[in-house]
Amino acid sequence: MWDAFDILLQANFWAATIRIATPLIFGVLGALLCERAGVLNLGIEGIFVAGAMSGWLAVYLGLPLWGGVLVAAGVGALFGLIHGTLTVPLGLSQHVTGIGVTLLATSVAYFGYRVAFPNVATPPRIEPFAPLDVPVLGELPFIGPILGQQTAFTVLAFACVGILAFVLARTPLGLALRAVGDNPEAVEAQGLSVVGLRMGAVMAGSALMALGGAFLTLSAFNAFYFGMINGRGWVCIALTVFASWRPGKALLGALLFGALDAYQLRLQTITGGAVPSQIFLMLPYLFSIAALVLVARRADYPRALMKPYFKGQR
Amino acid sequence: MIRFVPRARTPVWLTVAVSVGSGLAALLLTAVPLALSGAPVLAAFVLMAQGAAGDGFALAETLTRATPLIFTGLAAAVAFRAKLWNIGAEGQLYAGALATVALGAGLIEAPAYILVPTVLIGAAAAGAALLLIPVLFKTRFGADEVVVTLLMNFIVLLFVQMMIEGPMKDEMAMGWPQSAPVLDEATLPKLVAGLRLHWGLVIAVVAALALHIFITRTVWGFRIRAVGENARAARYAGLPVGKAMALVGVLSGGLAGLAGASEVAGLKGYLTSDLSPGFGYAGIVVATLANLSPLGVVPAAIFVAGVFVGADSMSRAIGVSNYLADLVVAFALLSVLVGGLLTRFRIVVVRRGTA
Repeated sequence: MWDAFDILLQANFWAATIRIATPLIFGVLGALLCERAGVLNLGIEGIFVAGAMSGWLAVYLGLPLWGGVLVAAGVGALFGLIHGTLTVPLGLSQHVTGIGVTLLATSVAYFGYRVAFPNVATPPRIEPFAPLDVPVLGELPFIGPILGQQTAFTVLAFACVGILAFVLARTPLGLALRAVGDNPEAVEAQGLSVVGLRMGAVMAGSALMALGGAFLTLSAFNAFYFGMINGRGWVCIALTVFASWRPGKALLGALLFGALDAYQLRLQTITGGAVPSQIFLMLPYLFSIAALVLVARRADYPRALMKPYFKGQR
Repeated sequence: MIRFVPRARTPVWLTVAVSVGSGLAALLLTAVPLALSGAPVLAAFVLMAQGAAGDGFALAETLTRATPLIFTGLAAAVAFRAKLWNIGAEGQLYAGALATVALGAGLIEAPAYILVPTVLIGAAAAGAALLLIPVLFKTRFGADEVVVTLLMNFIVLLFVQMMIEGPMKDEMAMGWPQSAPVLDEATLPKLVAGLRLHWGLVIAVVAALALHIFITRTVWGFRIRAVGENARAARYAGLPVGKAMALVGVLSGGLAGLAGASEVAGLKGYLTSDLSPGFGYAGIVVATLANLSPLGVVPAAIFVAGVFVGADSMSRAIGVSNYLADLVVAFALLSVLVGGLLTRFRIVVVRRGTA
């Protein structure tokens, strides 16, 4: 019994929490940016895969690590361009288009990987981001070991939370982005381009999603595996509702999810096979559904979410 | 400036032309990554076509692969008609498969004319029950069904793994995690001796016909369509929206559950955790290609199955990765979506100032 509680006192557990949360932070930020502008982006799962694969491949082919990060963001933006073009000016179903983008991005990544490495038994590796050397704070007990296991990529995720929160809440661009997801007519009346704002949001959001995938191959692991995303993208869509489309709460939701996932992994070793491992593996998904159902009643969806806008048409 | 003017009705030739055009566009788009990978583009496509329909065996294999896709395609079509975004057919398929081995692998001993229907009904009920959970969450709590159904796919697959590694594990299977085989009395017979094609295909086609008649010719079918067109107007008109949604959930989940039963009882004989290579998700593509028409699902499923079977055979012949099939299917989905604009709207070019 005390073992189960003892997990919470291990620095290792908290370090793992942050590591598991980092890709989700990128994913939730990306999803909420798209949705704040009025576009549901179910391409997220595939964009994670494409980001993981392209960022990793770029580094494998000789680019520096941050070059890989940029490549992943660019690839994400490209799939965002596809999703945006089909759903914003063309006004196609955001659900079905998103599933299509997921299928496309996943198959492009898998096909590309197979073309680059037709017959490999073990996945080729790269040298991933090294753990940070934090001055002063790194010397502290407990806190030190937690920070000492994180990389600069995680710092980028936390920075993105602050930047996105600031842009959305305090800048004219943020105001326009929020308005375009709530009341596009008003934005049009201001002389701003609804299509331009939404396209920009979807492309930037998709770039963030791709960074979530790239974190897995460039920082958490050092190789690309088939099926490594395993529903992380979908989890982000649930966490976005849980976070009520706010970057700060997105960070909280991702960390909560990370903690639960890290906890179940450690609890599995304690119970030593008395409980089937699948029960523990289900927990994160069950948690996501529970979080969604609990907040659904008072969820304040962006009012124009999933409503295509055509100029001069009511 | 370009404007979309809604069409009152769509000429039949245009619908057909758009379908064919979308298929061609998908192949053209796929040719780009294929050419970039350095593969012989034309040879790859020819080999794919031969692998899918070059001879009787190839065609039978395509129809075998199309069988679960017809079920999952129908599941997506009926749900999407009512704007119930069921992305959980994959999980419902596994729930149906689990019910099939639970009932058909020795629990009940009965002659085939009792056991086969029992297994099918059980599988449909399992799939339906699974989808009713997110439908209830949606109607009671307003929880978005897309995310719930998506996440439930992962939960169900883990549950299946737990069952076939634990209580339902076949002890005779040399340690492999798989269920005990279904009894002969629960097996769907083969259509042609020596081929893998089985009675599941007939059931699937009958289901497509039945669903078509149900949607176009019955009161409840009309109600489902009305809810899909405009839920608020339907509610205002006094239609039982909640009940209609529950009915859609039962139909959609039940059809996806039958896909699982058909795969286990007709083809594999037992349950493993790799029973479905994404049939549930591919069903969404099939339904979209069919423009959500139950009758259209049958040719659409055969097309998608042909792409997969053809790509497998092409891949064995010239070593181009069979992920090419997923590329073709993804491009086909997006092409059909864009093509659908042409059937629903007239594209009118308006000069600035005259609009």
